[in-house]
Order: sequence, then structure tokens, then C-alpha cells
Amino acid sequence: MTSPSATADVLAAPSSTRDENYLTHEKGLASWLLTLDHKRIGVMYLMCVLGAFLLGGVFALLVRTELLTPGRTIVDHDTYNQLFTLHGAVMVFLVIIPGIPAALGNFVLPLQLGAKDVAFPRLNLASWYLWVIGAVFMVVSLITNAADTGWTFYTPYSTVTTTSVIPALFGAFILGFSSIFTGMNFITTIHKLRPPGMTWFRMPLFLWALYSTAVIQVLATPVLAITLLMLIVERVVGIGIFDPALGGDPVMFQHFFWFYSHPAVYIMIVPAFGVVSEIFPTFSRKRIFGYKFIALSSIAIAILGFLVWGHHMFTSGQSVVAATIFSAITFLIAIPTAIKVFNWIATMYKGSIHLDAPMLYALFFLWVFTIGGLTGVFLGVMSVDVHLHDTYFVVAHFHYVMMGGAITAFLAGVHYWWPKMTGRLYDDRLARIGCVILFIGLNLTFFPQFILGTRGMPRRYYNYLEEFQGLHQLSTLGAFIMGVAFVLVAVYLIGSLKKGRVAPANPWGSNTLEWRTPSPPAYYNFHNPPEVTNGPYDYAEWVYDTKTGGYERKTSDAS
Amino acid sequence: MMIMDTLISRCFGALAALGGSAIGWAQRASHASLALVQQGTPAQPGAAPSLPKVPDSPSFWMPNDASEFSGQIDGLFDFLVWVSAISMLGIMAAMIYFCMKYRAPSRAANEAAQSQVDHSNTLEITWSIIPLFVVIGVFVVGFKQYADLRTPPREAYEVRATGQRWKWGFEYPEGLQHPELHVPLGRNVRVMIQSVDVLHSLYIPEFRTKMDAVPGRYTELWFKATKAGAYPIYCAEYCGTAHSDMLTRVVVHTPEDFKAWVAEEIKRVESMPLPELGLLTYNQSGCATCHSLDGSQKVGPTFKGLFGRQEKVTSFGAVTVDENYLRESILEPQAKIVEGFPPSMPTFKGQLSDRRIAGLIEYIKTLK
Repeated sequence: MTSPSATADVLAAPSSTRDENYLTHEKGLASWLLTLDHKRIGVMYLMCVLGAFLLGGVFALLVRTELLTPGRTIVDHDTYNQLFTLHGAVMVFLVIIPGIPAALGNFVLPLQLGAKDVAFPRLNLASWYLWVIGAVFMVVSLITNAADTGWTFYTPYSTVTTTSVIPALFGAFILGFSSIFTGMNFITTIHKLRPPGMTWFRMPLFLWALYSTAVIQVLATPVLAITLLMLIVERVVGIGIFDPALGGDPVMFQHFFWFYSHPAVYIMIVPAFGVVSEIFPTFSRKRIFGYKFIALSSIAIAILGFLVWGHHMFTSGQSVVAATIFSAITFLIAIPTAIKVFNWIATMYKGSIHLDAPMLYALFFLWVFTIGGLTGVFLGVMSVDVHLHDTYFVVAHFHYVMMGGAITAFLAGVHYWWPKMTGRLYDDRLARIGCVILFIGLNLTFFPQFILGTRGMPRRYYNYLEEFQGLHQLSTLGAFIMGVAFVLVAVYLIGSLKKGRVAPANPWGSNTLEWRTPSPPAYYNFHNPPEVTNGPYDYAEWVYDTKTGGYERKTSDAS
Repeated sequence: MMIMDTLISRCFGALAALGGSAIGWAQRASHASLALVQQGTPAQPGAAPSLPKVPDSPSFWMPNDASEFSGQIDGLFDFLVWVSAISMLGIMAAMIYFCMKYRAPSRAANEAAQSQVDHSNTLEITWSIIPLFVVIGVFVVGFKQYADLRTPPREAYEVRATGQRWKWGFEYPEGLQHPELHVPLGRNVRVMIQSVDVLHSLYIPEFRTKMDAVPGRYTELWFKATKAGAYPIYCAEYCGTAHSDMLTRVVVHTPEDFKAWVAEEIKRVESMPLPELGLLTYNQSGCATCHSLDGSQKVGPTFKGLFGRQEKVTSFGAVTVDENYLRESILEPQAKIVEGFPPSMPTFKGQLSDRRIAGLIEYIKTLK
């Protein structure tokens, strides 16, 4: 990889030396903190998100440890309530929402477009700083007297509790703007910076997913911002908006909150669809099945996602008519989701399948996301939801979707793009072992929670009836197994930075443009803007070279 | 399940031993409300004539089926379980089969895919239409059931429920207040729900029903109980510190027993000596959630040895706990808060009769 060979891609040729890339282009802390390079911002996001994930994970383990026994195990009532609130708020606002779009998306999106950067590099850096400021507010809430409202901040409890709700709300408010900035940037970039030859239907599906996500981010997040601001005003000034003691309406808060937070579920999961849509064809050496159906189903989900918020409120006293409409539209969303699952499976049919770590994670995703999706149907059925609402069944369902879906796909993406980002290969055997341990831990943690839920165990409970103890202990055991898996993942990924084999430009044989840059990419990404002449999943031109350990492009039309 | 439980307890027991006794592994719930729900016999003296012991649920997933709705909802739930299991098995079987059958020998072999087939409108339509029909079906059945759940019949026995941090209270048309929901078997019961502070949710798993208690408005649920027995009632909407202790029971009596129970309860409360009325109030009005009788620390100070004690209170200095301090603390709990405790007690002004307040004071006096 030190010099362009006759068969290597010539697009990035002049700078494809290991000494000249985005990591080594400039040195020093300031060169990172003031960078406008989307790749560096992506890497900074990745480090921050992983740091927050560690924090949220520690909270999760403390919660699960407390639940080992029906009474007190390690902490008291109030601390437990703070722990699950912080776990939820950190994981949702600091990890999953920015996880794939801001960390992986920032790195990959301009490269997949053959572009030099996003449309607004300064806005991009600003969004990272907003993330950091938002995170600081969350931590302030944490160390003063952490909020104990649950991540949903339901009124009037959030109006009357004595814990420091305001810093947490303000943190979420600022994080919302970080998310809006990223969304605006991605929409503009995809519209304006596509290379010659890349029509909408030649875009990689990851970009379709990021585009759909960005639309939701831009349209839904302002509603959350306004809602949180109103809640802050109510607490500080005492103007009655949501608190009935002041003349407000607590159910209105739920409407506002879910108007954002249900679409936010798709902000979290649609990018995950994008990641696995890259991985299935690449590792099956086969064009993706039903490209247009997958692309357009992301858009369908983005639009329908705005119209289903009331399905969180079947027992809130909302009218039967409203509940019926929300339930009907909820079921419509099941269809585009099912379409995606079937298309991914069909992509593997008659492929030539390589089970490297990213593919293993994608299969893992398919397995657990399908469980998460199917159990969502149970909750969409109004009468069944009356029994299951606010029980552990809901907890299990959204962890299968968020943890099993979004986080697993995030890990798939990290493993897929790691060689590109760092220029190093991790130990694939350890990665596959970590993936399997994580799979076992995840199912052991969350499957028993379905049973707890159907048997009537409500969520957010510190004490519980003794009959539930066995299932709770299984769940806690699973959580610790997941903890072990994550430690293993951290060890081999960090280890690869020093000891990992030097990564070839295209280790998996992908045909999207980011793999036509060297690993890691040059500071300016591409010296000559690439031209797109075929679909993103046409692998015929890529041939594995045993000398480099990567794929080389055999093409006659290199210009 | 039993064997598994024991096995797991042992594993964790060993872990906990390693972690040291600080973890407090052996501690068990000692909350009055928990005990209330778990006891086969009623916690109140003379509360109910003999109740049939409820056997464990025969279903793997669901608790006992004890209302008219339960069976219907379970039917739909079971259908969904089967559909999901079959879909899941199909998807997983295809996934695993493809991975084995089409696995590439190695990257160096440079084996191309056997086919580049990348679309089939027939397949896309098939796998869109079939799930669509299934979800339309479950939607329609779910809608019908939901409409029934949410439409109380005109002829129903009405009970009022009040949610308050952290207790449930029920008021019966005969003029009785009680912390448990007692209902006659086989009769439509409508529960009007309200909350005096934050959101709560009245949840009765055995009846497969639940409804939020929303401050500032009334909500309602209804059911027809089909099996006599006692079943837990939970608060399902998070409401702060002792959310998980906001438990009580629903007791289903035969109609004759129910009448007798109501009459006896009314008589009992009227003629009770003060300390006994105090103990009853302690259990009924939610005191037990936060104040222990045995000296253990809960959300608020223990009642054991409270009377006559010197307490440091915020904004006042020290007070000696006497009749007037106790009365003030019940009616205006925020006035003098004992140091080290959160200001989370609600006022009981207008909720407790003078006789009950006197009863509580007399009862606390007996706790040396």
C-alpha cells in the first residue's frame, strides 16, 4: 500500500502513503479541538459516545445489581430512581441518538459521496461542542442531586421533585440542537455534494438511512426543545402548563414529549438499518436485494413515525378514537420494517458469505431486532397493551430494539469501518468471540424481562414480589455477561491501535466510495473527485489480493 | 423454574460472598405493603371471611385469569405468540441455512456469488401483503376488545379509587373507606380513579387491566371478576421514591360474603378503641410506606420510641415529640422536618377525621 500499483485505484494515488493521512496531517490537541475535518469530528464523536456508553453501562449494571434481591441490595430507593433515570437519559441522549449518525455518519457520509467534507464544516464542529456542553449539563445534574424522573420527565412529578431536573432538561435541550445541526448538515450535503454519476438510486443505503434520519432530526427535535423549555419555565417561574396544581394539563406533556420521542426511536434505529444494509451485500458478495424497497421504506418509516406517538398513551385516559387511529398507523409501520428484514435475508440467498466480525454483528442484529420488532406488534394491539403497558415487557421490547438493534448495528458499523478509521485491523477471532458472548448476554438479560412483564411486573420498581426474583437474577447475570463482552471488545479494539495489522484500503471488498481511499484516508479524502459508474453493491470489479490482504479494483475505465 | 432459581441463587450467593457482606445480600423486603400482598390471609383483622387459596397460574406467560376480559386478551396474546414464534423460526432458519449453504471457502478463493438476483416484485408484494393482513386482523380484534375495556356498562357497582404518593385508597358507595379494593364476584365493577398529586396507574394483572390516575381529571376502568380470591394491585406509572411499594390487593368475594364484609368493616371502624383505630389508619392511609414500627429506617422517621423523643428539626431547632407536634406533622408535614429526612410527606388535612388523628397519636404513644 505504500505506492500505487498498476491495478490499484488511481483516484487517491498521490497521497496514499501511511505518513500522510487525516490522523497525521496535523498534530497537537488544538489541531483536533479546532478541526473542521469531518473525519476527525467523527472520531471525536466516537470517543465521546463510547465514554458516555461506559457511563450509561455502569449505571445499568448498578440498576441490575440492585434488582438481585426483592428488597434493598446495594442502594436505597431514591438512589435507584436516580440510577435508572441517568441510565436512560445518558443512553438515549448521549449515546444512541448521536451514535451512528454523528460518530459513524460524520466519518463515512462525505467519503461515500466522494466529497471533501460535509456542506457546513463549521456547523459540524459546533454540533460536537453542543454535544459536549449538553453532556456537561447532564453530569452537573448527576453530581449535584441527580434527577429521578425517569428519562421521560413526566409531569407533574418532574415539576414537583426536589432533584436537579433543570440541568438535565437543559442538557437534553442543548443535545437536541447538536442533533438538529447534524441533521441539517447531512440533508444539505446529500442534496448538494453527490458526485457525478451518483443518482439518488445509486446512493449507498447507509446514505438513504442517514437522510431519512436527518429529516426526522430536523423536524421533530425542535418540539422536544420547546417542551423541555416549557417545563423549565414551569419549574422556575411557576407558570401552569403541565402541572394541574397550577392549572396545567399533565397529559399534554405526554403528547408533546412523544411527538418528539417516538420519531426519536427512528432517529435511533433507521441509521442501524443503513449500517446493516451495507454489511449484508458486502459480506455476501452480492447486490442487495430490493434496493428501492429498502431505500423507500426508510422514508416511509420517517414519515409514518410522526403519526404514532399516541401509542405510548393507551392507558393515559386518551379517547378511544385517538387510540384507535394511533394503533392503526402503528401497524402500518410494521410493514416497511418487515420488508427490510426479508430483503436482508434474500440478499444472502445464493451469495458467497464471509462470516467476519461485522457480518456476525449484522446477523446478531437481524436476530434480536426481529424479536424487538415482533414484540412491538404486541404493544401496538390496544387491548394487549393495556395489560403490558409500563411493565417489563415494554422494557424488554425497547432494549431488544435499542440495545439489540441500534447498539448492535453501531458495533457492526464500528467493526466494519474500524480499519478505515484507524488504518489497523483488529483481531477478528477475538471480535467474533466477543460478538457471541454479547449475543448470549443480551438475550439472557432481556428475554426473561418479557416473562416478568407478561406476569405483571411493573417497570421502574425498586422492590418487587419474591416470585419475580428468579427471572430478575437471570437478567442480572446476563447484564454482567454483556459487561464482560464489552470489556473484551474494548481490549482488542484499543489493542489493535498499537499492535493491529496494517489495514489495506479495502479489506472487505466493498464498492462504496469510502473504500477507494487508503486506510486511513488522506486529509483531503480524494485527490480527484470520483465518478460513479455502477451501483454501490456491484462487486464484480473487486478481486482479493493475497499480497495486500485486501481487495483491488480490476477495471479498464480508470481515468 | 424452581431448580433454576435455586441454582442461580447459589451462583449469586457465592458472588455476593466474594463481594463481602457490605452488599447486604441476605436482606429481604420487609415492607408492610409487600407483606400485605403476599400473605394468603388478609392483613386486616376480621377483614374477610375465608378466601379460597389462589393456585399458581397454569400459563407460562400470563398470571391467573380472573376477569371476563382476561381470557379474551390471553387468546389474542397467544395468537400473537404463535405468529411471532413461527415468523421468527422461519427467518432464523433461512438465515442460518443461507449462512451454512452459501458460506464462502475463503477470501483468497475469490468465489463470486452464485447469482446476482437483486429484485423480485412478486416476492416484495407477497411479504408485504401477508404481514399486512395479519396486522389488520389483530388490529381489528384488539380494537374491539379495547372498546369493551374502555366502555363501562350502565349497570355497575361503583368504587372510587384515589392514588396518592404512595398508597391507594378506595371509597365504597356504602360510605366505607378502605386501602384495599373489595368487589363482589360476577358483578360489573366500575372504578373511578383520581390522583391527588402526581401520575399513578392502577394495574391489576389478573384482570388484564390498567388505567392511569391523572391529577385534575377522572379516569375509569371496569371489570367483571370471575374467580374469588385476592390479587395484587400495583402502581404502574412511576411516581417517585416509594413507587414500588404502592401496592395493595383486590379481593373478590362471593356476593353474600361481600355484603357481610362491608357491614362488618363499617361496624368495626365505628366502635374501635383509639390505639386500634390508629393502627388501622397507619395501615390504611399509607403511613406504613414511609414509617416503620420496628426502628428500621425508611423514607421517614420510625414510629418506634418516637413519642417523647427529642428531634432536631429544620428551621426550628429541637422539639420534643408530643401530641401537638404529631398533629402538626400530620396536617402540615413541611412545617418542622426532622433533620436527615426528605420533605416528601403529603398533608393529610381534610383526609383524616379528628378521631383518626387522635387514634394515630395514641397508637404512636404505645410504640415504646
